[in-house]
Amino acid sequence: MRNIIKDGQIAQDSWQVLRADAEGQYPAVAADVDVIVPLSQWLAGKATWQARAGKTAVWLAPDDDLHLLADDLATLPLVAVDFPAFTDGRGYSLGRLLRERYSYAGELRAMGDVWVDLLHYLWQVGFNAFEIKDGKAVDGALAGYDTFTERYQSTHREPVPLFRRRVTSL
Amino acid sequence: MYRYDEVDHRIVRERVEQFRDQTQRFLSGALTEDEFRPLRLMNGLYVQRHAPMLRVAIPYGHLASRQLRKLAQIARKYDKNYAHFTTRQNIQFNWPKLETVPDILAELAEVEMHAIQTSGNCVRNTTTDAFAGVAQDELLDPRAYCEIIRQWSTLHPEFAFLPRKFKIAVSGSVEDRAATQVHDIGLHVVRNEAGEVGFKVIVGGGLGRTPIVGEEVKSFLPTHHLLTYLDAVLRVYNRFGRRDNKYKARIKILVKAMTVEAFAAKVEDEWLHLKDGPSTLRDVDVAHYASFFTDPAYDVLPANPAVLTEKQAAEPAFARWLERNTRAHKRAGYRSVVLSLKKTGVPPGDITADQMDAAADWADRFGYGELRVAHEQNLILPDVREHDLYEVWQLAKAQGFATPNVGLLTDIICCPGGDFCSLANARSIPVAEAIQTRFENLDYLFDLGEIDCNFSGCMNACGHHHIGNIGILGVDKNGEEWYQITLGGSQGSHTTIGKVIGPSFAQADVPLAFEKIMTVYLEQRATGERFIETVRRIGLDPFKERVYAKHH
Repeated sequence: MRNIIKDGQIAQDSWQVLRADAEGQYPAVAADVDVIVPLSQWLAGKATWQARAGKTAVWLAPDDDLHLLADDLATLPLVAVDFPAFTDGRGYSLGRLLRERYSYAGELRAMGDVWVDLLHYLWQVGFNAFEIKDGKAVDGALAGYDTFTERYQSTHREPVPLFRRRVTSL
Repeated sequence: MYRYDEVDHRIVRERVEQFRDQTQRFLSGALTEDEFRPLRLMNGLYVQRHAPMLRVAIPYGHLASRQLRKLAQIARKYDKNYAHFTTRQNIQFNWPKLETVPDILAELAEVEMHAIQTSGNCVRNTTTDAFAGVAQDELLDPRAYCEIIRQWSTLHPEFAFLPRKFKIAVSGSVEDRAATQVHDIGLHVVRNEAGEVGFKVIVGGGLGRTPIVGEEVKSFLPTHHLLTYLDAVLRVYNRFGRRDNKYKARIKILVKAMTVEAFAAKVEDEWLHLKDGPSTLRDVDVAHYASFFTDPAYDVLPANPAVLTEKQAAEPAFARWLERNTRAHKRAGYRSVVLSLKKTGVPPGDITADQMDAAADWADRFGYGELRVAHEQNLILPDVREHDLYEVWQLAKAQGFATPNVGLLTDIICCPGGDFCSLANARSIPVAEAIQTRFENLDYLFDLGEIDCNFSGCMNACGHHHIGNIGILGVDKNGEEWYQITLGGSQGSHTTIGKVIGPSFAQADVPLAFEKIMTVYLEQRATGERFIETVRRIGLDPFKERVYAKHH
């Protein structure tokens, strides 16, 4: 169990993440644990994963093709996007596309190099759960939601951009 | 000019507080150097050779007198009484202390200024024609759209961590004075056959290691689709731009790799999903932003008043300054004055705190409290009555602002180079000064006529050397500073990338090489032919032969 941030609160979390080891091999997964598997592993054995007692979710690498997951989004309990480095911004577009293009409504989790300074943007593009990087304070990260009280653009959280609200309210 | 409302103020204040917190966490060790670097860069803070360097945004080069006075105050209080204008119409402070930067930002916020996205892999300051709104050849005033783009790009949640920096320029005039063809996105305000206003969209231009002239991806984008289309371009770039090699990460490389047709098709496909969405601009939205850029209460004045023409006839030095350092205005009886920051012996683009105060006073006294920063690193008083020009000239002379060299060889666009910048291979300032000294004779300089001379201290090309008619690039050869010369580059409506003439020169030999090049030009030019036109007509060979001729 570890603490994550979910829907604006600290929450206990038992999901395990399946990652390849240095040799590119995947460790065995116990039948009863809840696990987030990479897209390639999911596509290679969907039926096997679904037959397990534990729940299975999918994580996306920044360059994964979202289209391959489109048919499963309605039934997946969770989708995660990995940020191998916080400076790799591809996951922000993936988040928006999942929410806005694919209408994904379930838990959208950011994992990897994720910490307080990134929370605001991640929340705005549609993420609602954050697995904070090891060594970074989880409770301190909650402050990241409130860094900015307004923004100019149309976002997942506030689709009407400021310029429209501004003029309408004149 | 645009004025902040409560929300604009709040966003900038919150960014200041966020940065203050990030700086404190870095100083206390809670943020590592690798974590802090991208965060400070996207707030304009570099760590340079001597001290941090803070780059402050001047959105599309618009500056109010009260803002310029604040910059002067900051130069005195936190720096060494001067600052430096950049080719992105921004201003840099070279000597602030890291701990004081949050305080500087708080002071800037008081006058509606900030350092947001002046560096880092994000959308940078949007630039435009420094004469926007006053130019005689303007088709449409681009400034409302510049402000709309500024707000759209500021802290955009999806595009905070792009593969590389991203620069947008907008032009609304016949002659492109915003170098739009060497930007990641260049927008030209155009009218279609039905008379509707829109943008021609050019993508994938840029200088740096791989200079490329941008290509058109959309010939006519109706203005109300501006932001959804920009979102589509940025999303394609954010997702598919290379991230494995920073030298291959600009959008120009993606466009070349995909071909412009395939790139345009990909953007179009993305745009179809976003088009007509909530970011679509309504007429009322555009009108709101345009309302900040209405004309001041110009006087009805005769053109060329006697007080001007008499002084012009009587004083050749004034006539010379008038010809070089002022520009036609859309209103009769007015001109725009370019205050030259290219005096010999002063690093190009540098301005002292006293000069800032003086220029701010003139903007209030002779104009409407506004100034502009040109990407050629000069300062502009946009609205000066012709009958005030003589007085402005005298004041400008006293402040070292009146070198009559705007557009001439010594009006060198120049990066700070190895004296300040830790990326530079070579120093640029002393070499620029040596060239200015060599061509200091004004008769000779005027005879040579209009020549864009651009100078970069390394291949990152901050001095835009590729598009100089004559360009200089500092290179490193076994730890020594050498200088490569290019000829034939040009900015504007017919942007071309210059070609290297041959082996590079030692620092001391650069001015002589320049002189030989100019001698060839003077020998070969047809009547009334500008330097760049001669270079285009006769090619590089005559110049190469002269410059590299063996001594007899």
